[in-house]
Amino acid sequence: MSRRTSPVIPGFGLTLGYTLVYLSLLVLIPLGAMFAHAAQLSWAQFWAIVSAPRVVAALQLSFTTALFAALLNGIVGTLLAWVLVRYRFPGRKIIDAMIDLPFALPTAVAGIALTALYAPAGLVGQWAQALGFKIAYTPLGITLALTFVTLPFVVRTLQPVLEDIPREVEEAAACLGAKPWQVFRYVLVPAVLPAWLTGFALAFARGIGEYGSVIFIAGNMPMKTEILPLLIMVKLDQYDYRGATSIGVLMLVVSFVLLLLINLLQRRIEKR
Amino acid sequence: MSTVTLAAISAARRGHALGRTLLIAAAWLAFALLLLLPLYIVLSEALKQGLGTFFTALIEPDALSALKLTLIAVAISVPLNVVFGLAAAWCVSKYEFRGKSLLVTLIDLPFSVSPVIAGLIYVLLFGAQGFFGPWLQDRDIQIIFAVPGIVLATVFVTVPFVARELIPLMQEQGSQEEEAARLLGASGWQMFWHVTLPNIKWGLIYGVVLCTARAMGEFGAVSVVSGHIRGVTNTLPLHVEILYNEYNHVAAFSVASLLLALALCILLLKQWSESRLTRLKSNAAEE
Repeated sequence: MSRRTSPVIPGFGLTLGYTLVYLSLLVLIPLGAMFAHAAQLSWAQFWAIVSAPRVVAALQLSFTTALFAALLNGIVGTLLAWVLVRYRFPGRKIIDAMIDLPFALPTAVAGIALTALYAPAGLVGQWAQALGFKIAYTPLGITLALTFVTLPFVVRTLQPVLEDIPREVEEAAACLGAKPWQVFRYVLVPAVLPAWLTGFALAFARGIGEYGSVIFIAGNMPMKTEILPLLIMVKLDQYDYRGATSIGVLMLVVSFVLLLLINLLQRRIEKR
Repeated sequence: MSTVTLAAISAARRGHALGRTLLIAAAWLAFALLLLLPLYIVLSEALKQGLGTFFTALIEPDALSALKLTLIAVAISVPLNVVFGLAAAWCVSKYEFRGKSLLVTLIDLPFSVSPVIAGLIYVLLFGAQGFFGPWLQDRDIQIIFAVPGIVLATVFVTVPFVARELIPLMQEQGSQEEEAARLLGASGWQMFWHVTLPNIKWGLIYGVVLCTARAMGEFGAVSVVSGHIRGVTNTLPLHVEILYNEYNHVAAFSVASLLLALALCILLLKQWSESRLTRLKSNAAEE
């Protein structure tokens, strides 16, 4: 291994060795074991499992709900980040501190709270009931739960970027005759887009894998409101290790691709 | 500046005033609907039948043993990941070597793995039908559906937290101070205790706070390996689930509000260590 070490700072071998051993034992070997387990299946067997209607329905549901939740966060999160960075108003500090609540709150607590809120008899649910639609136990409820747990991603990735844009840039554009929408379109959007996409991708990736906050509000009806992580649990409960492993591999590949995209985006931001 | 541009700026600012009020109102509304309402629900459901039932739910034996197991999981996973975070941040920030960016990606890996998969991989390794299953059974060691499995799953999902806070911080600080300490005759450990640790203290605390929050609240990964044995392999979040599924909503929300109180403490601690960290950074920038 070629390395350029500082000649006077000790500990390279010790810290790198410890890091590698710890990561291997806890993360890499167990994840590798799952792939090894899946490799015992032939392609045809694997394909038969992941193309079963119930799996495809769960995959579609997980994808669309995570996508809509990430989009909703892309809008609400941008609004919150903008207001928190640009304006000083009563309660700003409280909102800023509380944005991270979904990360600090156990997902099961979020799950039962949102279910109580959106169930037909709940505080918000009864209004929806009166208007003739249901929130809890439908994909809409799943989307709202995912929006809650992934709320901090977009806000927290946008905040530092917005802070770095000097107000003068927008004012200069306005002086040069740009209309507000032109300032928004040609000055702000290009500056924040990479960060926005990173936050969006993080929220999306988390949404696909999320379990605790969703299972209470989902209703968990096969083919209708059953998310992909739950399907792994169902297969495990039936001692269907092959099924669980195949779906696990499918999900991991999806998250690897997303992780790769996030890293590429971040590299582009750093290059600027 | 000419009067024309000044007029343009003030016109732009006047136009902003109305938009500004609307945007702030919209942000407050989104905040109240998305974040405050769920908090209110947890507390109001918990206190529906008064303080008596609320406290009974918290001190019944199953709740206490769930609390104990949650504390055990936190007490093991946080120190392990602190040591790992320090070692990882040290080798990544102080040295150049090939494959460093790959290593950083691997450290972040548990963040992008679904919690259910985190549980699944340990079932595949240590479960009755797993790779080590027969070997463990011969020796009467149980990992899955027992406390060790819960601890393992918790450690897995919290691996990146401390390392992730420390790596950028230590990269920014560079190694001049450590080099100076070494040249003045400090041993490796002296350098670490007296130079590095005080410099990264707030970043470390910040990482520990985030790690604790996740360890305490992890649900999916722990749910897979726990087997849900009441009073034995239930953590607080799993206890909430069991109570809820038994339609014992008041008790479920009572235990949930205990977790909510802990989450709010975590947010306060986080805010505090974050403000110390930014103050430290702005001081460093002034020097």
